[in-house]
Amino acid sequence: MSDKKKARTDEAGEPEALSLSRRSLLKGVGLTGAALMTGASGTVAAQPVAAAAQRIRVVEAFETLTAAESATLDALASRILPSDDGTPGAHEARAVHYIDRALTGANAASRDQYAVGLQALDDYSMQRHDRLFHQLSPSEQDAIIEAMTENQLTAFPMLGAGFFNMVRNHTIDGTFSDPYYGGNRDFVGWDLIGYPGVRIISTPEEISQGRSLSPSRQSAYDVATYTKDPVDPAAVAQGGHHGH
Amino acid sequence: MATELPRTDVVVIGLGAVGGVAVLPLVSAGLNVIGLEAGGWFSTRDFAPDEVRNNLRDWPQAVPKAKREIPTSRANINFEALQGGGHPMMNGVGGTSMHYWAQSWRLNPWDFKVVSETTNRYGAHRIPQESTIEDWPFGYDELEPFYDRVEYALGVSGNAGNVNGEIKPGGNKFEGPRSRDYPMPGLRSSGFTDMMSDAARQLGWEPFQGPAAINSEVYGDRPGCFYHGFCDRGGCHVAAKSSTAVTTIPEAMKSGLLDVVTHARVLRILTDASGKATGVEYLRGNQVLIQPADAVLLASQTYENTRLLLLSQSREFPNGLANNSGQVGQHYFSHHQGAPVLALFPRDLNNWYGLPAQGVAIDEWADDNFDHSDLDFIGGGNLWVHTNRRPISAAKMSTFDRVPNWGARWKTFIAENADRTNTSYIQKTTLPYRGNYLDLDPQVKDALGFPVIRITAEHRDNEQRIAAFTQDRMEEWYRAAGAIDIIRTSLGGAMGASTHAYGGTRMGDDPTTNVTDRFGFSHEVKNLGILGASVMGTSGARNPTLTAQALAWRSAQHLVDNWESIAG
Repeated sequence: MSDKKKARTDEAGEPEALSLSRRSLLKGVGLTGAALMTGASGTVAAQPVAAAAQRIRVVEAFETLTAAESATLDALASRILPSDDGTPGAHEARAVHYIDRALTGANAASRDQYAVGLQALDDYSMQRHDRLFHQLSPSEQDAIIEAMTENQLTAFPMLGAGFFNMVRNHTIDGTFSDPYYGGNRDFVGWDLIGYPGVRIISTPEEISQGRSLSPSRQSAYDVATYTKDPVDPAAVAQGGHHGH
Repeated sequence: MATELPRTDVVVIGLGAVGGVAVLPLVSAGLNVIGLEAGGWFSTRDFAPDEVRNNLRDWPQAVPKAKREIPTSRANINFEALQGGGHPMMNGVGGTSMHYWAQSWRLNPWDFKVVSETTNRYGAHRIPQESTIEDWPFGYDELEPFYDRVEYALGVSGNAGNVNGEIKPGGNKFEGPRSRDYPMPGLRSSGFTDMMSDAARQLGWEPFQGPAAINSEVYGDRPGCFYHGFCDRGGCHVAAKSSTAVTTIPEAMKSGLLDVVTHARVLRILTDASGKATGVEYLRGNQVLIQPADAVLLASQTYENTRLLLLSQSREFPNGLANNSGQVGQHYFSHHQGAPVLALFPRDLNNWYGLPAQGVAIDEWADDNFDHSDLDFIGGGNLWVHTNRRPISAAKMSTFDRVPNWGARWKTFIAENADRTNTSYIQKTTLPYRGNYLDLDPQVKDALGFPVIRITAEHRDNEQRIAAFTQDRMEEWYRAAGAIDIIRTSLGGAMGASTHAYGGTRMGDDPTTNVTDRFGFSHEVKNLGILGASVMGTSGARNPTLTAQALAWRSAQHLVDNWESIAG
């Protein structure tokens, strides 16, 4: 199934979903709706969409996580959502890049917990196995996670279900969020659960296809209007900020 | 020193769902209106289809006033009140009507007359003793014309169930008579809602698409819904959601009589020695400004309505404005929305695109639509299932205790089931009680140093029994539709903060038990009107916004019609 999805997007010059959308828009929503979409408030559908891959930065440094922290966190995230079945998981999605960026902004309040928790994870691994967490075998890592979720590591109070659940939540956020935020690389998270991607409009025919609908392969911010860049000087001059 | 601005006829505090409606009848009567809004304007470009912004980060594009005033909450006085994770409201022109689900129900006639109807049918002993509930000072018929005006001014889609007493197929047969159809038909159904409707009919129930302040087709200069799936806490990218920011507020601005002042953070309502409201003091940037006005309309949602009154102390009102009776903050309750039922189905539901308002309702078990003779509670719940699924929340689905919540087995589980689960939304009757109230927190302050609101409220037996009863009905419905697994979540004790927050400035004829009169004007401050669900004394089993909007229109019209006696 995933082969089929890839083939369909590769042969399209632009994501298929958008051209479908444009047809549906003009047919189903009425000219007024179309005019509104392309009016002073910026265009939603009419902008050519850059290939998603070009928009995602492939070279990306960790901003706040140290080298040791990122290695430990990536190992932990890789056991939460593993890829040893041959399909992409949190590592391939680059969930840790999402977490790193979030820790410098929206999730900054959790930065200390990450520092303390990841250090504790390595400390415990060294004590028990004489290796760092990321150097352990998957089964050794899983055994530690199991103990964490059951609050069994009483000598390491940071390594409990609270820390685990925080990392789990952020790993999910990073794997399944819009790729704009640094994770869900190549849409691997959305493919995993069969989400056919961000669309501007969805017709009943499209929706009824469920997970076999050809994925849109776009970030919300591949749609130029949402970057809020002044894409069209004429449109910006007209304002439109009052929502009339 | 505060700078005093030129006088105006009416100042409205808050241009959200209700303040944004009230301005329209005011300017239509030729009054000059200044609308003070804590937030700013948004355009459709601010509404990216982005689950992180909408659902994880609580609108980073919005002014964070409300986020700095998060209420504290406790079940009762034996606990210390703690600040919760977030504020249910947001700031911006249009307020929370921008990112709400937009379900736009009228209350059923029973909700206006709970005490007398219950007494007549079952006896007075059936009203829980500790409840402070009263009948509304008027019935459904009195509000019907204002419901009608709001539905047409905003644009509400829905299928009528009762037009002038004639029962219509496809609508809610329990609704009160409406004077005409909705301005638009209901939102379209989906494969999932069709499946649930079929199951409901097997059970002998009558399902219907619920009403929504969302266009189902072109309405005026706005398009119909695009069903793109980011409506839950999302602003509409094509302005199909009928928030006041794209309907009544711009309509009122056309008159030239409405001056919208954004980023205005109201500090207190001012009064003179005679006890009349004289205007409002507000902070804008680093300036303190005074806006004098002949009438003041307070429209800042339940928590802030009560808080601003309690913060507006003076020699005449030492316990807070309009509070010499001690009623401000009383009769508080938040809507009984908890205790959902989760279902797991054996096949994909195709719910990736859609919206919370695209759903099917069952009203057979709401209000007094069924016989309570042999039951131990009054009221009931409206059962609601809808299409709404986004990838992050889907991946965080319940595991139904079938697998651990991490690792290879979990990965396989979510890959298979992310689109196979559904969570019901059951809105239930909630009553006001002695011991449930709002006041100022004695310790926790906002960023400016003012106390935040403290919620002291817990569900009682009547709420717990409705929860158990409606969960039974909901489970029956899901099972009839083929669900293979069910989880019931408990209601819990504390009510907590909610978008559906009622009371604190209850409306009623008796000034010893109510803050406002039957038109929403303060018993103690005649030119102070209070708008919002804070005046409502009962919740019904459905979303409050349309009722609060109809009441706001009615209050504004009352001010217009009685200008000399109220504001003169």
